[in-house]
Amino acid sequence: MNRLLLWFHKLGSPPYFDRFAARWAPWAYVAGLIVMAWGLYGALFVVPADYQQGDSFRILYIHVPSAWMSMAVFGLMAVYAAIALVWRIKLCEILAMACAPIGAAFTVITLLTGAIWGKPMWGTWWDWDPRLTTELILLFLYLGVIGLYNAIDDRRAAARAAGFLAIVGVVLLPVIRYSVVWWNSLHQGQTIRLMGESTMDASMVQPLIWMIVGTKLWFIGALLMRARADNLRRESGKAWVAQLATAADGRTP
Amino acid sequence: MNTVVLSAANRMKGNALPGLIGAAKALMKRDLRLLWRRRGDASQPALFALLVVVLFALALGGEARALAGVAAAVMWLAVLLAGLLSLDTLFRGDAEDGSLEQWMLAPVPLGWLVGVRTFMHWATTALPLLVATPFLAELLHLPREQLPVLMASMALGTPLLSLIGAVVAALTVGMRRSGILVGLLALPLYVPVLIFGAGSVARSAQGLDPVGALLLLGAGLVLAMVLAPLAAAAAIRIALN
Repeated sequence: MNRLLLWFHKLGSPPYFDRFAARWAPWAYVAGLIVMAWGLYGALFVVPADYQQGDSFRILYIHVPSAWMSMAVFGLMAVYAAIALVWRIKLCEILAMACAPIGAAFTVITLLTGAIWGKPMWGTWWDWDPRLTTELILLFLYLGVIGLYNAIDDRRAAARAAGFLAIVGVVLLPVIRYSVVWWNSLHQGQTIRLMGESTMDASMVQPLIWMIVGTKLWFIGALLMRARADNLRRESGKAWVAQLATAADGRTP
Repeated sequence: MNTVVLSAANRMKGNALPGLIGAAKALMKRDLRLLWRRRGDASQPALFALLVVVLFALALGGEARALAGVAAAVMWLAVLLAGLLSLDTLFRGDAEDGSLEQWMLAPVPLGWLVGVRTFMHWATTALPLLVATPFLAELLHLPREQLPVLMASMALGTPLLSLIGAVVAALTVGMRRSGILVGLLALPLYVPVLIFGAGSVARSAQGLDPVGALLLLGAGLVLAMVLAPLAAAAAIRIALN
């Protein structure tokens, strides 16, 4: 069998995944921290102040990456859920459900930083504007997925039902993405483009890219840690978990 | 209970398996009969909506001008909440007496039966409210010229609410008591419908053309009519397996 494919199949086994997550999660965390620290240094000290907004625009270096993550994590959760529903891969159920609290946290950060920025710029903490409202609904959807997962006793059935809700909720993602285009919005339109010219000055873009990469790395670390914890909880009756626990305790069974 | 109905349909068609129309007729007949035997329960959603309207009117001080400004929004909320409360009964009875398993084994697609049931749910909870809307609107001093827009937006929006609600109700059917969770799951999905439904009346109140929002509601309804029964059927299979 192809080596990559073999590795992929191996990763589906709970003990193998546990070792994999335990090995790589700290690396992802450390790499994420370093990249984000570098990005934040650039954002706070290197980048010039905006000619209109002064220094307060610098919060976008947290706001924009977490807003992207809030949507990307939801999409990823739906992809994992779809894989789990179609091929019944247990690990994908765990990964999908591990996505939900992280994505919800990114959404909260997006809303909070947006509110903090909005107070001096728009003169209000909150406005019932399409983009703000859709982002808030996204948070409620995350909370719904988490709530449904916790409400059903059987873990596997719970993960499938909550995953299905995540798939249904994906219809909201394009609405958030295009809300600034479809409606007259107080929120500014798209300024940063991967293809073609950004309407943001090149000197301001670089720390943003570092922050975007950093949040992704941090997310990988958080996802592995959460999935590992859920995996251990589900497998708690198995011998390998008992071995692991006694080894960590430093006692003989 | 459902198997009896299906076999009755069989007999009518000379023992052949029931087709889509036959199964739909049998299911509708059964639902209507159950509704008729519990006439008291059937009027509860409408009564609830009436009470919500009364509570809003009292809380807002009952002043005609203040009420007229928010009348459409209050009507939409009353209908939405009444539908939400009756969501839990959509599949629960059938899940408890085992009919839902028979649905899954039935020769007609599960999505079709779910669609028929959702239609019956709409017809028995939202349709009476739609009929009562002119009276409730009068209670709230809704300007007369906004009434047709309100009726149109509700006629397009309430089936959409029922269809979205069916997916959520199907997801929670496996739980013993879903309680407040149904609301937590359904309300975020209801938001776009509410925005366009109440928004169309607000636009017409400002003298703008409400047709755009109504067309979007119609488009959403067509999309949901195709996808929601299939999604709800998939959710039932997940919940009951």
